[in-house]
Amino acid sequence: MSALLEISNLNVSFGAMPAVKGVNLHISAGETVAIVGESGSGKSVMALATVSLLPDGTHISGAVKFEGEDLLNAPAKALRKIRGNEISFIFQEPMTSLNPLHTIEKQMREAISLHHPMPRNAERARILELLHKVGILDAEARLPAYPHQLSGGQRQRVMIAMALANRPKLLIADEPTTALDVTIQAQILELLADIQRKDGLAILFITHDLGIVRHIADRTYVMKEGEVVEEGNTAEIFANPAHAYTRKLMDAVPDGTPEPVPENAPEVIRTENLRVWFPVQRGLLKRVVGHIKAVNKVDFFLRKGETLGIVGESGSGKTTVALAVLRLISSDGEITLLNDRIDTLTGQRLRAKRRDIQIVFQDPFGSLSPRMTVEEIVGEGLTVHKLPGDRSQLVDATLLEVGLEPSMKTRYPHEFSGGQRQRIAIARALILQPKVLVLDEPTSALDMTVQLQIIDLLRGLQKRHGLSYIFISHDLRVVRALSHKVLVMKDGDVVETGPAERTFEAPQSNYTKALLAASLR
Amino acid sequence: MNLSPLNRRRLSNFRANARALWSLRIFLLLFGLSLLAEFIANDRPLLVSYQGELYTPFLKSYTDAEFGGDFQTEAQYKDPDMQCLIKTGGLKSCFDDPEGTLKTAEHTGWVLWPLIPYSFNTVDTANVQTAPGPPDAYHWFGTDDQARDVGARIIYGFRISILFAFAVTIPSAALGILAGALQGYYGGWVDLLFQRFTEIWGSLNMLYLIIIIAAIFTMNFWIFVGILVLFGWNALDNVVRAEFFRARNFEYVRAAKALGVRDRTIMFRHVLPNAMVATLTIMPFMIIGAIGSLTTLDFLGYGLPGSYPSLGELALQAKAHITSPWLAAAAFFTIVTMTSLLVFIFEGIRDAFDPRKVFS
Repeated sequence: MSALLEISNLNVSFGAMPAVKGVNLHISAGETVAIVGESGSGKSVMALATVSLLPDGTHISGAVKFEGEDLLNAPAKALRKIRGNEISFIFQEPMTSLNPLHTIEKQMREAISLHHPMPRNAERARILELLHKVGILDAEARLPAYPHQLSGGQRQRVMIAMALANRPKLLIADEPTTALDVTIQAQILELLADIQRKDGLAILFITHDLGIVRHIADRTYVMKEGEVVEEGNTAEIFANPAHAYTRKLMDAVPDGTPEPVPENAPEVIRTENLRVWFPVQRGLLKRVVGHIKAVNKVDFFLRKGETLGIVGESGSGKTTVALAVLRLISSDGEITLLNDRIDTLTGQRLRAKRRDIQIVFQDPFGSLSPRMTVEEIVGEGLTVHKLPGDRSQLVDATLLEVGLEPSMKTRYPHEFSGGQRQRIAIARALILQPKVLVLDEPTSALDMTVQLQIIDLLRGLQKRHGLSYIFISHDLRVVRALSHKVLVMKDGDVVETGPAERTFEAPQSNYTKALLAASLR
Repeated sequence: MNLSPLNRRRLSNFRANARALWSLRIFLLLFGLSLLAEFIANDRPLLVSYQGELYTPFLKSYTDAEFGGDFQTEAQYKDPDMQCLIKTGGLKSCFDDPEGTLKTAEHTGWVLWPLIPYSFNTVDTANVQTAPGPPDAYHWFGTDDQARDVGARIIYGFRISILFAFAVTIPSAALGILAGALQGYYGGWVDLLFQRFTEIWGSLNMLYLIIIIAAIFTMNFWIFVGILVLFGWNALDNVVRAEFFRARNFEYVRAAKALGVRDRTIMFRHVLPNAMVATLTIMPFMIIGAIGSLTTLDFLGYGLPGSYPSLGELALQAKAHITSPWLAAAAFFTIVTMTSLLVFIFEGIRDAFDPRKVFS
C-alpha cells in the first residue's frame, strides 16, 4: 500500500527557534494516525506545515509528498486546489473557526463552490446530505442559523460537514474534541470513526489525550519538543511503551483517592438552599417575567481538610456555585463560613472575611494581571488584609511552598508556563492562609503531566494546612483523585450527591451513569 | 531613575522608533526655546551696561531718569536719545543731537538686545512703512497689520498654544478616565444615568456657550481652559468605559475581588493599566483638538482677547491680507509643525505601551 501522505525529514523553525526537528511520518489511504504530545511539542505546527498554512517568516525544509506530489514547493494555486479539497482540516475551537456573521448555509456553500461549483439546487441538496451525515437533526431548519445559535457540539459537527464537503482523501483533525464536554466528545469521536468506515478517508488526529488515541487510532506517533520519540501500532505502544516519555505520558493519569477525614473534624463551610436566579425582564416597565435558574437549591457542608468535588458539563452551573459561595455574585440562601453567616455581610466586614475563602481559576493566563510582577500579585493580599510579618519573606516562603523559586518573583506572568502560572495563582490564594480554597477547573488548561504535578501539590497543601477544597471540574478522574464528596450538577440542579466512592462505583442517577460511561478511560 | 522592567522595555521601544524620538527631540527644543521667549524676542534689552553698572531691563523696569533722562516713566530703549545716553554714559548733548554725539563721544556703555528686539505686542513704527510689512532686515518674518513682528508672535503663540493644549488635555483626560472608570466598572444604574447625562452634555453646543460666556465675562486664558475641559472630557469617557466594561469580568479582577481588594484599588491598579493603550490612542487627538479649538476660536474672534499672541488671529489676518503671503505661511507652518510633532510623539508613546510589542 503506497502512502497517501509522506513526510520525510521535516524541519520547521520560527526564526532561530526550531519547532519541528526532522520528523518522518506517513499515512496510507483509509488509515487513522494519531500524533500525541503535550503543548509545545510541535504537533500542530507540523500539520499546518504540510499544506503551507504557517505564517510568513517560518523556515521549512524537508519533503512533504501527497499522492507523490511535492507540496512544499508547490505553487500557491496548486496548494489551494488541495487545501479543503483533497486535504481538509478541523480545528479545536468550533466557535472561532466558523465565521460568526455568516449563516451555516452560506459557509457550507462556500466550502463546496470553491472547489466544485454546482447549481443552487444541487448545492442545497448536497449541504443537507452532509448535515444529515454528521448527525444534525432537522438540518433544513438549521440552514439559516448563525454559529452562535448552535451548541458547541453542533458547531463541531458543522465544521466536520464542511471538511467532508469535497470528499477529501485526508482529514487533519487538530484537537477536535478538546473544547467539548465529555458526552459530546464521545459522540463526535464516534461520528468521525463512522464516517471513516463509510468513506474510507485517512485521518490525521492530533491530540494530547491518550484516552482518545487508544480508541481511534491505528498507528500513533508520540512527539516531544519537535521530535518523534516513538511510533508504531497503537495497541503495541499502549501494551509496550518503549520510550521513557511515552511511559511518562501514560502514567500521567491521576489515581488514588484522598485520605479520609477524621469524623470529629470541625465544619468550615455550609450552604443551605443556595440559589442563583437571574431575573428575565420584559417590556417597558421591566417586569420580571421569569428567571434563568443558574443554580437551584444547592446544599453542602465541608469539614476541615475535606474536599467536595462539583462535577458537571458546561452550563451546568458549577462555576456559578463557586462565585456565589465566594460572594462574587449575588445569591439567595444561607452561606455559613466558620460559624458566621457571610451571605448577609457587605462592605468592609465582607472584605475582612474574604481572607478565609480563596479561589484559583481555570485559565492561568487570564487570572494573573499581565502588568504586575509575581511579587506584586502574590503579595497583594498581604497589603489588603494588613497581615503582620515581613512581606518579602512571606512571599518567598509561599512561592517555595508551591514549588517556585523565590528569585522568580521579579518576573511578569507571561514569562511563565501554564503550570507555573497556576502555581502562582495558588500562591496568591495561599498567602492569606485561607480555610477554604475554591478550585475552578484548576487543571483543565494544563498538560497531563503538569496536571498531575498540580494535583500532587494540592494534596500536599491540604495535608499540611488542613485546607478544605471545593473542587470544580468536568474531568471525572481528577475529581475522583481529590474528592471525599461529590456533587453532580446538570442545568443548575443537583442530580446526585454523596461520598465520592459511592458516586463513582454505584452511581444513582442516569446522568451520572452517562457521564461516567462517556469518559473514555 | 528606578524603573520597573516593563517601563524599561517601553522606554527602549520608544527609543527604537526614530520618528517619534526625533519628533520628541525637536519638540522639546522648540518648546524649550519658546519657554525662554522673553530671552529671544523682547522689546527690552537683556543686559545694559551704564556707567560701569549692569542693568537687566527684561526682568525689571527702570525709569528714564535712571539712565540720565528727564522722565520718571519707564525707559524707552529703542529711542535714539536713550541709546545715546546709555552708550555715552549720560551725556546731555544726547538730547539735542543723539546721532552726532554717538559718533564723536567715547562709548562707555553698551546694550545687549535679544535676537528679535521686539516682543509679540511691540508696534514698530520706526522701521515699518506700511503694515503689514514684508520680511526685511528688521523683521525676518515680516510684520502683521499692526506693525508687530511676526517672528515674535509665532514664538509666543507657539508657547501659549502648547501650554493651553496641556492645560486642557491633562484635566480633561483625568476627568474622562474617572468618569469612564466609574461607569464601566459599576455598570447598571450608574452607567445608565451617566450615559444619558453624557449624551445630553455632548449635544450642548460649545460655541454658543463660549459666545454667551464671552458676553458676560471678559474672556481670559483660564476661563477658556475651563470651558474646553468641560466639553473635552467625554472624548475619553466612552473609550475608558468600554475598556473597564470588558475588564471587570476578567479572572484576575475577580481574583482581586476575592482577595478582598477595594473597588477603588481594583479600578486603578488592575484595570486602568490595561485601559492605558486605548487612553493613549485618544490623547494625541485631544491635544491636537485643544490646539485646533484655540486656533479656530481665535480665528472666529471668540477666543482669547486680542492682547494674547494668537496663531488663530495671525491666520485671520492672513485671510484679510491675502496679498501678504508671509502671514499665511507663518501661521500655516507653525500650526502644521506643532501638530505633526505632537502626533508623531504620541504615536510613539502609544506603540511603546502596546502590550503586543512590550511582551513580544
